[in-house]
Amino acid sequence: MGVFILRRLGVILLTAFCLTFIVFWLTNLYPNLEKLAKTQGNFRMSDEAVASYLGNRGYLEPTPVKFGQWLGVVPGWVTETQDGKVFGRCFQDGTPVAERPKFCGILQGDWGYSTVFKEDVGPTVIKRLGLTGKLMFFVLLLMVPSALIVGVLAGMREGTRLDRSLSTFSIATTATPEYVSGVIFIAVLASSKFGLSPLLAEWGWIDSKTLFLGSATSAMKDATFWNFFLPVLTISLYGMGYIARMTRASMTEVMTAQYIRTARLKGVKFSNIVLKHALRNALIAPFTVIMLQIPWLLNGVVIVETLFNYKGFGWLLVQAASNNDIELLLAVSVVSVVVVLATQLISDIGYVLLNPRIRIT
Amino acid sequence: MEALTWTGALTWLNPILGLSAAIMVAAYTAQIVVSVMPRAGLRSAGGDVASVDRGPGGVFAKTGSYAFRASIVLILIYVLAGIFVGPTAGIVGAISRQLLPVWLALVVTFAVSVVFKRKLGLYGKLFDSTVGMIGFALVMFWVFTGIFGGVFDLLVTHDSLSQVSGMKNKLPGTPLARADATDYPWFLLGGDNLARDVFSRLIKGSWVVIQIAPMATIFAFMVGITLGLPAGYYGGKLDVFLSFLANLILAFPVILIFYLLVTPEIVLTGLPSYMAIVLFIFPLVFVAVLLDSRYYTQPSVRTPVLIAVLGLFGWLYLSMISNDGALVKTSTYDIPGLPAFLDLFDIGPGLLVVFVAVVFVNAPTVFRIVRGLALDIKTRDYVAAAQTRGEGPWYIMLWEILPNARGPLIVDFCLRIGYTTILLGTLGFFGLGLESESPDWGTTINAGRRLLSLYPHAAIVPALALLSLVLGLNLLADGLREESLRD
Repeated sequence: MGVFILRRLGVILLTAFCLTFIVFWLTNLYPNLEKLAKTQGNFRMSDEAVASYLGNRGYLEPTPVKFGQWLGVVPGWVTETQDGKVFGRCFQDGTPVAERPKFCGILQGDWGYSTVFKEDVGPTVIKRLGLTGKLMFFVLLLMVPSALIVGVLAGMREGTRLDRSLSTFSIATTATPEYVSGVIFIAVLASSKFGLSPLLAEWGWIDSKTLFLGSATSAMKDATFWNFFLPVLTISLYGMGYIARMTRASMTEVMTAQYIRTARLKGVKFSNIVLKHALRNALIAPFTVIMLQIPWLLNGVVIVETLFNYKGFGWLLVQAASNNDIELLLAVSVVSVVVVLATQLISDIGYVLLNPRIRIT
Repeated sequence: MEALTWTGALTWLNPILGLSAAIMVAAYTAQIVVSVMPRAGLRSAGGDVASVDRGPGGVFAKTGSYAFRASIVLILIYVLAGIFVGPTAGIVGAISRQLLPVWLALVVTFAVSVVFKRKLGLYGKLFDSTVGMIGFALVMFWVFTGIFGGVFDLLVTHDSLSQVSGMKNKLPGTPLARADATDYPWFLLGGDNLARDVFSRLIKGSWVVIQIAPMATIFAFMVGITLGLPAGYYGGKLDVFLSFLANLILAFPVILIFYLLVTPEIVLTGLPSYMAIVLFIFPLVFVAVLLDSRYYTQPSVRTPVLIAVLGLFGWLYLSMISNDGALVKTSTYDIPGLPAFLDLFDIGPGLLVVFVAVVFVNAPTVFRIVRGLALDIKTRDYVAAAQTRGEGPWYIMLWEILPNARGPLIVDFCLRIGYTTILLGTLGFFGLGLESESPDWGTTINAGRRLLSLYPHAAIVPALALLSLVLGLNLLADGLREESLRD
């Protein structure tokens, strides 16, 4: 087991290295750099001005060298301008020679500087991750139990009306991407002119103008059911159907097993069969599915945070990518890649631990 | 001209439809509730025959199914009445008349398919499953809408790009301000925030989706099959390497790939053109290997067939990847491609990069599925028999393994078209790739969402359209899976 985890960790490191290099290379292609220079400087820069802007800031060195600098294994660039200013990747103009660090990359714990937000990348990412963590927590809290309940109820008696209605429901949710369900929810539940809210307000059932709030900006500080439920519901729904279907498949398989038949023939109550005999075995497969679903939720997070204007990690990704903020984008991709690979690792380990029939040598 | 209501002269039918739908929901819920309760259901029906007492659950089931049929009949009445009386039956009626060619095509397709269903293999079996038929109907509805609206320019009521003054953000059914005699007198589904007709944009947008999604899925399958079969069959280093590459791409968040690949700056570097050159050659390779492995013992057949097929595919391939006579066009250098007079069609650089990105995202998943299937099937006896006969590895992969893996692949193909549709919508939602006036559904949702709480129709209409198409594809896949498992 130890060797297995070590080998997986090695693969994770290699994958993360390759991926960050690809992101680095793509963001450092010349047209992207040109756009960066023009958004940072001004839009009417001549080609020479762009080249000198980029050259002074170390953007025009060969990509492997720049990548090494970002990693912290190659000394950072140092520029001496004609008017005698000396500045570099690791220090600003005016730093005494003795205090200038040579290396500054992620190995030294320096994640760089965001050109969009004008602040250090590390704290920015952590702050936004915290906000998205809150969102994800509630999403998992809503999605996992409801998906498991739907799946178990559907798989408990295959082919009944209950099974068919719940299966159709899960298919419908997998067919509804977040930008569709989010739009429908806002129009139906959070519009003061259309949908349910005007009716409910007229009958005096709700105090505020709308049933839910269509923007989650206020939920960043203080999340309430009113302003946070719609984004959480929107993300959960899309992920839910898939987990529910997997749970259903696993449950139907377990329900046809010999030991369930034995239990029925012994006269055990149906509710006891489901809860005590079937459930534990039926939940092994959904565990891996749930873990593998987490990276997919990241997509939903980006869409929902854009739609509901919740400034978390997904919103940060959109900002970084659309402004070609290289170091921020790199940090964002490192985080998301680590999330993807770590959940894969956890799902593999968990599968082995939960299922004693499988042994990894 | 007066504004249209939703159902016009048929408004008296609405309460009846509501009632039957309510009865259906209530009866089915009651049936489910009753079925959870324990029942002592065996009664003797004389002699040794025991029959199950259907009990209250059976009564509810019957009521529910009658109410379901009643609702379907009522909806059909709306559609049929619309075909005959048109706008008198409100917006629904007017849309229904506008879509007359689609209804006709659907009826013909279903009639022909049901009559010949025993001779049509898996496709015919689809018509044995209700879920599959509903899914197929939804999918074909959008396919016909796309073809009639996009290619033949039927169905649409107004130009999808022209802005009509005074129609900004108007509600569904608003009569056209200052209409000429030749104009269609209403905006059936309202106007968007640039005063364009939502209904016509919906129809035009369906053509964009119907064109790109299946094509991109086919290309992703070609890439996945051509790489996945050898990875599964040979195993070893090749498998390790290809799987690592696939996992590498899969570890990227999809949106990050889109943001990195689908930007005007990246198009300038020519990178999407290079990726298109690599990705689009896979169908060519696939067909070449497919034919060669089959006929290499008969060179007199193989050579002419290969020359003809490869010539045609090569021409298509070159037309596809060359734009304005160049394969790759950047600010500093050009790689010349097909000259313009040989170029069959041009897909603009914006569309090309969308296409490439979607294929690139989908191919690794297909690769993993095909690899898994190949790993499983290569242990079968008929593969061993082929190996003993001395067949080459590619013959075994393409003519022994692939046909036997077709069931899961067809099902996944349907699901994947749906997923591709969702991806296209995501691209549009973030305003990537297609130009902002493109009528495709994702872009329209993105444009409409800014005024969502005031004028929801501009975003809701394409959202529901996308939902119904993807739902149809998923139901179709479900029906196919059920029917293919049956034998």
